[in-house]
Amino acid sequence: MASSDVALLPDKGVRPLSLAGHVGFDSLPDQLVNKSIYQGFCFNILCIGETGIGKSTLMDTLFNTNFENFESSHFEPQVKLRAQTYDLQESNVRLRLTVVNTVGFGDQMNKQESYQPVVDYIDKQFESYLQEELKIKRSLHNYHDSRVHACLYFISPSGHSLKSLDLVTMKKLDSKVNIIPVIAKADTISKSELHKFKIKIMSELVSNGVQIYQFPLDDENVAKVNTTMNGHLPFAVVGSTEEVSVGNKMVKARQYPWGVVQVENENHCDFVKLREMLICVNMEDLREQTHTRHYELYRRCKLEEMGFKDTDPESKPVSLQETYEAKRQEFLVELQKREDEMRQMFVQRVKEKESELKDAERELQGRFEQLKRLHADEKAALEDKRRLLEEDQSSFSKRRAAAQLLQAQSLTANGKKDKDRKNSGFM
Amino acid sequence: MSESAKPHHPGPQVKGEKPHGGDFSYVGIDAILEQMRRKAMKQGFEFNIMVVGQSGLGKSTLMNTLFKSKVSRKSVLPNPEERIPKTIEIKSISHDIEEKGVRMKLTVIDTPGFGDHINNENCWQPIMKFINDQYEAYLQEEIHINRKKRIPDSRVHCCIYFIPPTGHCLRPLDVEFMRRLSKVVNIVPVIAKADTLTLEERDFFKQTIREELRANGIDVYPQKEFDEDAEDRMINDKNREMIPFAVVGSDQEYQVNGKRILGRKTKWGTIEVENIAHCEFAYLRDLLIRTHMQNIKDITGSIHYEAYRVRRLNESNGHFTPHPTVEPKANGQPEAQPSALQANGVAAQHEALSHEM
Repeated sequence: MASSDVALLPDKGVRPLSLAGHVGFDSLPDQLVNKSIYQGFCFNILCIGETGIGKSTLMDTLFNTNFENFESSHFEPQVKLRAQTYDLQESNVRLRLTVVNTVGFGDQMNKQESYQPVVDYIDKQFESYLQEELKIKRSLHNYHDSRVHACLYFISPSGHSLKSLDLVTMKKLDSKVNIIPVIAKADTISKSELHKFKIKIMSELVSNGVQIYQFPLDDENVAKVNTTMNGHLPFAVVGSTEEVSVGNKMVKARQYPWGVVQVENENHCDFVKLREMLICVNMEDLREQTHTRHYELYRRCKLEEMGFKDTDPESKPVSLQETYEAKRQEFLVELQKREDEMRQMFVQRVKEKESELKDAERELQGRFEQLKRLHADEKAALEDKRRLLEEDQSSFSKRRAAAQLLQAQSLTANGKKDKDRKNSGFM
Repeated sequence: MSESAKPHHPGPQVKGEKPHGGDFSYVGIDAILEQMRRKAMKQGFEFNIMVVGQSGLGKSTLMNTLFKSKVSRKSVLPNPEERIPKTIEIKSISHDIEEKGVRMKLTVIDTPGFGDHINNENCWQPIMKFINDQYEAYLQEEIHINRKKRIPDSRVHCCIYFIPPTGHCLRPLDVEFMRRLSKVVNIVPVIAKADTLTLEERDFFKQTIREELRANGIDVYPQKEFDEDAEDRMINDKNREMIPFAVVGSDQEYQVNGKRILGRKTKWGTIEVENIAHCEFAYLRDLLIRTHMQNIKDITGSIHYEAYRVRRLNESNGHFTPHPTVEPKANGQPEAQPSALQANGVAAQHEALSHEM
């Protein structure tokens, strides 16, 4: 977007002209501003700091609203990020603000990987913007820009120096996001200690090569203010949403037995400076730096990683299109190959299973046959036995009939005899 | 994933002024407008305008009148030749102008030779090519790995088409040209040398032209489909009622009623360029410069350029179907299925297998 040099240097072939009358294009900035008002603005802040250091309270105080954050526990196993989006409006300006807080930062025993989720989150936002930009059918003006514009790093008010966790994290983040370090809970440090603390922090940052965000000095309107503010970094802030009456006014403050720390009193803390710098003076610059420096760096690295180059080995300019096409063909061929492989594997497995099942079926069939035969045999045997039984029965009944007949005959004969005998008397 | 995002709260709505708060509730979000304005002023603006029409219709004069300075090519060349070039040439000249702190790089693109030959078939081709070349150049810059901080914008934002004041209807050349070019660039048709038409003739002519444009499906600026909301539509409807603007150009000043104004002096009177009773130059100027310049640039950038980009990126796909995402992903394709299939029955599997094969 804008370069930090003066744009529109007289190119060759461009003649400077003076106008003979009022044309009217001085309304262009107004037209631009009106369009932006219509579209609304987007701003994303990332707050990194230990649990309980006052990130949510500071956000509430900065934007004069209650973001309904709840306290996090100290027992998170890993650092997580929690992003919340809000729609704010002041006069005719609509702002879509996203506040991302770290959860559990600095709570683990082993803090080696603490910075990783943060870096991953920032990269993820860049990635999704890059994806949108590379799409064929894209809608960039409707896209909700979720890239992190400012990162507030909360330093604990130990009064001595930065912790190693702070240095490591800031070093990892300085090429990805605009870092604004703040000293949290500044009401615990005395004025002289604060001065020494600030100097120590800044020198440590410089000696470790950490690039924090410098307020821009190229616009004469704000250069003076920004230079002064650059000298006050890091800002020592106090946050509070409670109001205390001081004199005859209600002010945001923290009440102690020994006094009242007023948030908006510049003698007490640098809150007003932070709000001024972050919101009133440099919000647009923060967004621009994110887009033109940090995002471009990410994009360049990502595309180079994927193998795209601007010039091929013979230093002829290679079109991104051709490289992309070549890669795409490659990828599609590979995909086809893999698909074929998988298909073959599938077919094979199915065949195997089928033959297995066929075997099983045959076996079952065999057994069925066998059982049937057995059954038939037994049935036959049974049939035989029955016939035998019947024969027996019939022969038995024949014999019985015969015997009965005999008996009847003998009975009648005996009966006669008996009668005779009876008649003849028993001998 | 390590983050959870609540898709946004519609509230809390923060109104900057609390009833009792005084200064202390002011956050300062609206200061961003001022920041944007400062940034825009520092960067400067670019505007590229193309004029198309037969020679002698007053294109150069109109440009000079619009921008109140000698922006036309005739003023730049040391010996402007009046010959008609054999083929249509495209000549673009850039100027740095400044007004009240706002700097603008204005590029006027002239097309001498258009419509001047005996056989004017395909006379729009060099112009289409030029416009597409500008889109191409911008696209190439955009897809570079190491890109410039600010890509120089040479895309044609607006094309003013001059209709000769016949009073009857559009000529086939006009219809063809506008039909083709309204798809790639914002066209603003104007009736040139409108001082040859009486008011009734002018109204009749305009009506005929509007009907012909509608009948041929030609969408000139401001296009109906790009109206953003009801208010926009209302404003644009008023403009659409006046299209095409009947203009008169002049860079000579005359004394009328004690004032020095731009005009054309004839034996029967002086035609005042900026008098809306005489011609519609003021409306054209307001539309182009004072109110809709940013909108014109936006439509060029977000609609015409994007359409070109889609076409261009799609045509290099060849016989492959266009993918919705351009970047190759390594994991988006079919997962392993065979392991999931259980033996539900030899017959069922057989069926599935025969489908696969």
